[in-house]
Order: sequence, then structure tokens, then C-alpha cells
Amino acid sequence: MTDTLSEYFSVGEPVADTKAPAVTDINTMWTQHQFDSALVNPSNRRKLDVIIVGTGLAGASAAATMGEAGYNVKSFFYQDSARRAHSIAAQGGINAAKNYNDDGDSVYRLFYDTVKGGDYRSRESNVFRLAQVSSNIIDQCVAQGVPFAREYGGLLDNRSFGGVQVARTFYAAGQTGQQLLIGAYQAMERQVAKGTVTEYSRHEMLEVILVEGVARGIIARDMVTGEIETHLADVVVLATGGYGNVFFLSTNAMGCNVTAAWRAHRKGAYFANPCYTQIHPTCIPVSGDHQSKLTLMSESLRNDGRIWVPKRAEDCDKDPRQIPEEDRDYYLERIYPAFGNLVPRDIASRQAKNMCDEGRGVGPLVDEVDAEGNKRQMRRGVYLDFAAAVERLGRDTVEEKYGNLFDMYARITGENPYEVPMRIYPAVHYTMGGLWVDYDLQTSVEGLFSIGEANFSDHGANRLGASSLMQCLADGYFVLPNTIRDYLAKAPFDKIAEDHPAVVEAKSAVTDRIEKFLSINGERSVDSFHRELGNIMWEYCGMERTDEGLRKAIGLIRDLTTEFWSNVRVLGTADSLNQSLEKAGRVADFLELGELMCIDALNRRESCGGHFRAESVTEDGEALRHDDEFAYVAAWEFGGDGAPVLHKEDLNYTFIELKQRSYK
Amino acid sequence: MNLTLKIWRQAGPTAKGELVTYPVKDISPDMSFLEMLDVLNEQLIAEGTEPIAFDSDCREGICGMCGLMISGQAHGPERTTSCQLHMRSFRDGETITVEPWRANAFPIIRDLIVDRSAFDRIIQSGGYVSVNTGAAPEAHAVPVPKEKADRAFDSAKCIGCGACVAACPNASGMLFLGAKVTHLGELPQGQPERNGRVVKMLETHDLEGFGGCTNIGECSAACPKEIPLDVISTLNADLRKAARSGS
Repeated sequence: MTDTLSEYFSVGEPVADTKAPAVTDINTMWTQHQFDSALVNPSNRRKLDVIIVGTGLAGASAAATMGEAGYNVKSFFYQDSARRAHSIAAQGGINAAKNYNDDGDSVYRLFYDTVKGGDYRSRESNVFRLAQVSSNIIDQCVAQGVPFAREYGGLLDNRSFGGVQVARTFYAAGQTGQQLLIGAYQAMERQVAKGTVTEYSRHEMLEVILVEGVARGIIARDMVTGEIETHLADVVVLATGGYGNVFFLSTNAMGCNVTAAWRAHRKGAYFANPCYTQIHPTCIPVSGDHQSKLTLMSESLRNDGRIWVPKRAEDCDKDPRQIPEEDRDYYLERIYPAFGNLVPRDIASRQAKNMCDEGRGVGPLVDEVDAEGNKRQMRRGVYLDFAAAVERLGRDTVEEKYGNLFDMYARITGENPYEVPMRIYPAVHYTMGGLWVDYDLQTSVEGLFSIGEANFSDHGANRLGASSLMQCLADGYFVLPNTIRDYLAKAPFDKIAEDHPAVVEAKSAVTDRIEKFLSINGERSVDSFHRELGNIMWEYCGMERTDEGLRKAIGLIRDLTTEFWSNVRVLGTADSLNQSLEKAGRVADFLELGELMCIDALNRRESCGGHFRAESVTEDGEALRHDDEFAYVAAWEFGGDGAPVLHKEDLNYTFIELKQRSYK
Repeated sequence: MNLTLKIWRQAGPTAKGELVTYPVKDISPDMSFLEMLDVLNEQLIAEGTEPIAFDSDCREGICGMCGLMISGQAHGPERTTSCQLHMRSFRDGETITVEPWRANAFPIIRDLIVDRSAFDRIIQSGGYVSVNTGAAPEAHAVPVPKEKADRAFDSAKCIGCGACVAACPNASGMLFLGAKVTHLGELPQGQPERNGRVVKMLETHDLEGFGGCTNIGECSAACPKEIPLDVISTLNADLRKAARSGS
């Protein structure tokens, strides 16, 4: 089988993490490693320049912490303020193994749940460390003044998320990401005032500078003046988030993009598991062609809302309130009695798709094209019903817990969810794949680190709810500041001049590319290409993937890429604020990434977590892994003009037994 | 729906700007206001005209990046952000004026985009609790009464969009400032720096060119996150306390 894939990629040497210390007790691994890592004397820290790109939870917390430690930090972000990064939109909560409810939680259980939730495709060492530092995150945030929800006794409240049977999620109404990010942002602004952190707002990183294979800075564009700037440093950290916007429609912010990570990939950083995409089950369904993005309804709603579709297809256009209880199919509760509505996201999404594919979806009929290219009309929605919760808890309690989410739903759809069940459908939400990193969070390029969603390390093939905020803050507050010092202890590094050939080369690559965009002067807008790419990705590399479909998608993307470079229209100039130009660079990179995602999905001939291959299912329709062949991380090396090169990192499970996932 | 838009176009910070009229057709009432502008921009690109520059990012009302004066109202006729305003709030055939935030402290960069970095500088001057990473006590060491935690949260909901400043006849940033002072002031963790915080943040607010507060309340009425006006009373009370303590 592999032979027929050889036209798409080649297989290179295996890759392995060499940084995690060999220990017999996993509890001691992180402590041992912190001790083994070299220290940087406080008086030497201010002589070291650290570039951090992105100010989401990972980037802002890292910038604040590195600033507090005394390093000289430069922080870059494309928004007008560091407070706006898309972590701010995270709703539901953040996990931590505090066991405040005495319901059997522990570091080991959080570790186990995360590895199992990720369908055994993550690295044990990294995940265990994540679970270990989770408690410190809550302490840190409370000390900063993050207003978490509390009980009347003044202590912190918890709730449950999918894939878990304990209540370990800390939250601030449906705005947890906002509150955590403001905490990290304020800590970072405090360092700006102290002079340890310098902010570069409305700046987009367009290239990484490598000197003899080592990352030594970035080229960034000032998005207001258009100036192309060189910023040199001793180490570069990418905290630039996920790449869900390759699908055009996703719950990501408009500006979220893969450019920083992709530019690094092109310069040698391996990109791991790009096909692992999380399709979130509870989003507001698409309403029309004009749509620019999709909106998530927090998974926390699944604590109290019940998901159902009519038992009979002929009931699908009825008012849901008129459908009696016995004619409703609460399909998650039926299929998965142990976890019910709180199964992990990948499973909830796939079952929603299955119900709609069976013709039992609800909401308006929407036009779509199936994989064979035939036009059809389908209803793409399932009900998320709060009637029972309102009856059990009272409207006031439901409003207190979920009020802002209900308001948001009402505003977008024009329907009142207190009275009519919400309609939801899966949408692209998070990408588990990202830059390959070792235990130190260093990429395969020396001096280039990656944290938060931008790296691949902790969530395997599926991320559990409320674990993204945990990972970002773990990386930024507690992990990176401790691992990066081992690298920085090698200082002093050679001084690099701005006219060094490597710097000049990186800078001219950026200016050439911008000139190219402006000179094509074709017929089609950047958005039209982006939308078309998104349709291809959703159809062939979305919730269900097949060998045939992926091959077709690769062909379509290659054609679209060729057309893009000859027919895109970017108006305006290079030396002013030019949003079309910004988007052109991002879409050009998304096109290349989209192709790699399809190649990765084509290679992985198994189903695991969010990656579902129609050819690999159990008898009852669940994802079927093939651990003998695919228990590895697929780390892709950029192939230049040739095909990408696959480096496999074997996943060895020493502390957890590999099992078929079951939530029944 | 068919609409007539009058949109502020300005090539750069020092260029002269003007309102330009654009008709748009076949707008769906389910579109958000910004999606309607996306449609117009696609149309402009097809015609060879540079698209209108405006800020937006999350498009779910939480990042605070978007902000338009829509027919004279900050974020338009509904109490929400521009991105969460939907076209069903307008009538077919309506003429809508779209302008950037108007305030000395928020200079125009291009078209509908303004520079709100003054807000960051206000936070830099004291909008935080001074605690380094790693120095935090156990989260349950200090219980916080639920009413206080809830009021802190209600104030911390501010998204820093600047609608309060745009809506205020004096272009005052007092609601933004009051929200932060109240958020941190309600919590035990915010007490040690409480007096100094309010004084330093107010000083920066004034230096940045924001106007004074005359308690009109337009700010709170325009706030998409419904920050209540009483955060300004808390701000004033904190100021008096700080003055008495000699901060």
C-alpha cells in the first residue's frame, strides 16, 4: 500500500525525543529534568534577548514569566493589543487535578484521561508533566485576581467536561479564556512597565532568521507602515496558535493563521500530525454563503443540555416542542450510557454527522455537494435541549451558569434557547497537530521553541475539553521558562550583524514575496481562494476521510495553488496598512499546509481520535486504531520543490496500557 | 435587503478623510454587520477599488477588536459589539453611516481603524496584581465571598473595545478605568496595591488625552458587556480613600 503513496512523500530517518530523562518513576521525571537543566545567573539574563511571537495564553504567560525572570523579551502580535489573542474566546474552563471535590481525581487520573482522550497518540512524558503542573496554574491565576466562579463558602466551584467522570474544570461563567488571558496580559503589561518586555503590536512575523541552522531572529512586517523589520535575538519562541482557519470556516478568529509556524517549517522545523483536527460538536450551524466564521457554544452546555434528534425522519421539520418524548432519540445517552452527553468531542461530532447523514438532522435544508460531486439538500443540525435542566434547576440557575452563551445564541440565530432547543452542528475548532517539539518544547531547529496550540505535544489525536487553556498556561508559566534556560545557558551567542548574509536573504525573501502578490493583478480576491480551499478541506479532510477523497483533494489543492499564484488580485501598496496583502500571505501558506494535511491523512490508514478514516472502523462504527503500524507521531520535513519527508517518532507506552478506547 | 452605506474613508493618519457613499444589494438579515462589510469589500475588489479597512478578529463579541460608530451609535443600535450586530436590526432601504471611534486618545490609522494603545498604557500603570510566576499561595488559602467574586467578574468582563470612550461626549475612559479598579479592588489579592493603583491609572488616563467624567452614563449604555455605571462610583470612592491615605 505504501508504494502507491510514494508519489506523495518519502520516508526518512526516525526521530526521537532525547530530552526527557530516563526514570523508573514517572513522578520524578520533571523534577529530575529541572534539576539537570543548566541555570542562567540573574545578572546574565538581561543580556539575553528572547523573541516571543503571539500573546495568547501561552505567549503572554511566557512573556510575563521570562520578563519577571529578568530576560530581555520582545513580544510580537498581529492584533492592536496583546489582550485580543484568540485564547480570549475560550469559554468553558480549565482543568486541574486539584481533587477539591474528593471525587477520585489525581495527577495520574488527569494524565490517564488526557492520554486516553487523545486516543493514545500523545507522548506520555509531556502529558504527565502537564497534569503535574496543572494545580500550580490555578494557584497562579487566583493570585493574579482571575475571578473564577465560587461557591457561597468562598471556595472555587468546578464542573465536568467531556471524556471525564470527575469535576475538575475551573471556570468563570462562559468566559474563562477571557479571564485567564486578561490575567496573563496584565502580568505581561506589568513587565512592559518595568522595561523587561517590549511590545510590537500590529506586527506580523513573516520569516524566521537562521544562522548556520540556528534560529537567531525574525523578519516582521509593521502592519501599519508596511515596513519590513529585522529583529535579532538569542532564542525565538513561537506561540502562534492553531491552523483551523485552513478550513476557512472555523471557530478561530479571522486573523488566526499558520504563517509563523509554516515559515519555520519551510526552514526546517518538522510539522507533526497536521491531519489531527478537532471538530467541535457544539457550534451554531452554518446559515448561508455569506458566513465568515462559526461560533462555538461551550462544551460545558453538555453538563445540563441533552442532545437528541427525532427518531423518524418525517418529524425533522416539526416544531421540536411538539415531538413527544417517546419519538426522540437521545442518541449519545443511548449509545454511550456511561458517559452519555459527555463523551469526548470527536465521538459527539461524528455521531451528530451520522444522525444527519441518516436523514434525521434538524433545521433548514442546506445545499451541499457530496464526495462524488452530486448536489443534494440536507439538514445539518441536532438539538441541544435545556427543557429538562430548566425544570430541574429553575431558569435562574440555568441563566447564571450559561446566560452569556444563551444570549450569544439568541443574537446569532434570532431564537430563544430558553424556550426552543438550540440547534448545533460540529465545526472546526482546534488543531492537535503543530510544530514537532521535544520534552524541552524545542523544535527540530536549534534555538526555535514552540508552545501552546502551535506545537503538537500534549493532545494526541483528540483534545479533551478545558485542556487547551491548561496546556497553554502550563507551557508559558511553568514549562518553557524552565526548559529554555538549559539552551540559554550556552550564552554568550555570536553577535549577528543586520547585514549578515542569512539576515539579508531572509529579508529579501519577504520583500520579494510581497512584491509578487502585488504584481499578479489577477481576477479573484484572496477570500475567494480561501473559501474554495476551505470547501475542499471540509469535504475531503474533515470529519470523515477516505483514500480516494484525499487523493482527489491533493489534486484540487495543487490546481488551486497554481491558480492562486497567477490569478489572485491584491490591491493597494506594500507601504501602508493593507489587509488584502496580509491575507494573501496567510492563504498562500494555508494552501501548502492543506496539501500536507491531506498527505498526512492519506498516510495514516487508521482511525484515531479526530482523524476518522472510513476504511478503518470497528464493527459498531467506532474509530479503529492500528497500533502495530501507526503508534507513532508523523513528523514531516519540508521537501522544498520535492515531496515532504516523513520522520516517525515511535510512541512507547510504559506507564499506561494501550487499549481500545471505550466510553460505553 | 438593499442599503445605502456612507463610510468614512481615510488613507492614513494625516490624510484628509471623507464619507463615501456605497450602495449594497441582496443583504441577508442573518448576516452580521461585518459580514455585510465583507460583501461590500468583495464587490470593491472586483471593481478595482481598495477595500475598506476595519478591525475585527474573534467575531464572537469577546476580543474587543472591532468597533464602529454606526449611524452615530457606538457598535450600532443594539447593545452588543459590531461583529455581533446582525442585519435584522436594520430596515430595508435604510441609509447607514459608518465611522471610526472619535476620540483624541484614539487617533485614526486608516479608514475605520483607530489606535487604542492608550488603554494598554493605562493597564501598564497599575492594572494588575504584582505576583511573579511561582510565588502564588494555594488557591484555597484565601476564600473570597461569592458576592465579591461575582462583582469582580462582572467588572472584569470589559473587553477593552473603547465603545465607552466613543460614546462619551467628553471622550472619557472612566468606565474602562473604573471596571479595572473595581475588578481588582473587590478581591483580597488586589488590596495591597489598591490605593496606588487608582492614582497611577487615573494619572495615565488624563495624560493620554481622555476627557473627564460628568456622569452622563452614555458609556455604560453603549457598553456591549453591560459594565454598570457604579464602577465609576467605586473608582471615585477609591480615589478619595487614596487621597486620605496620602497615596
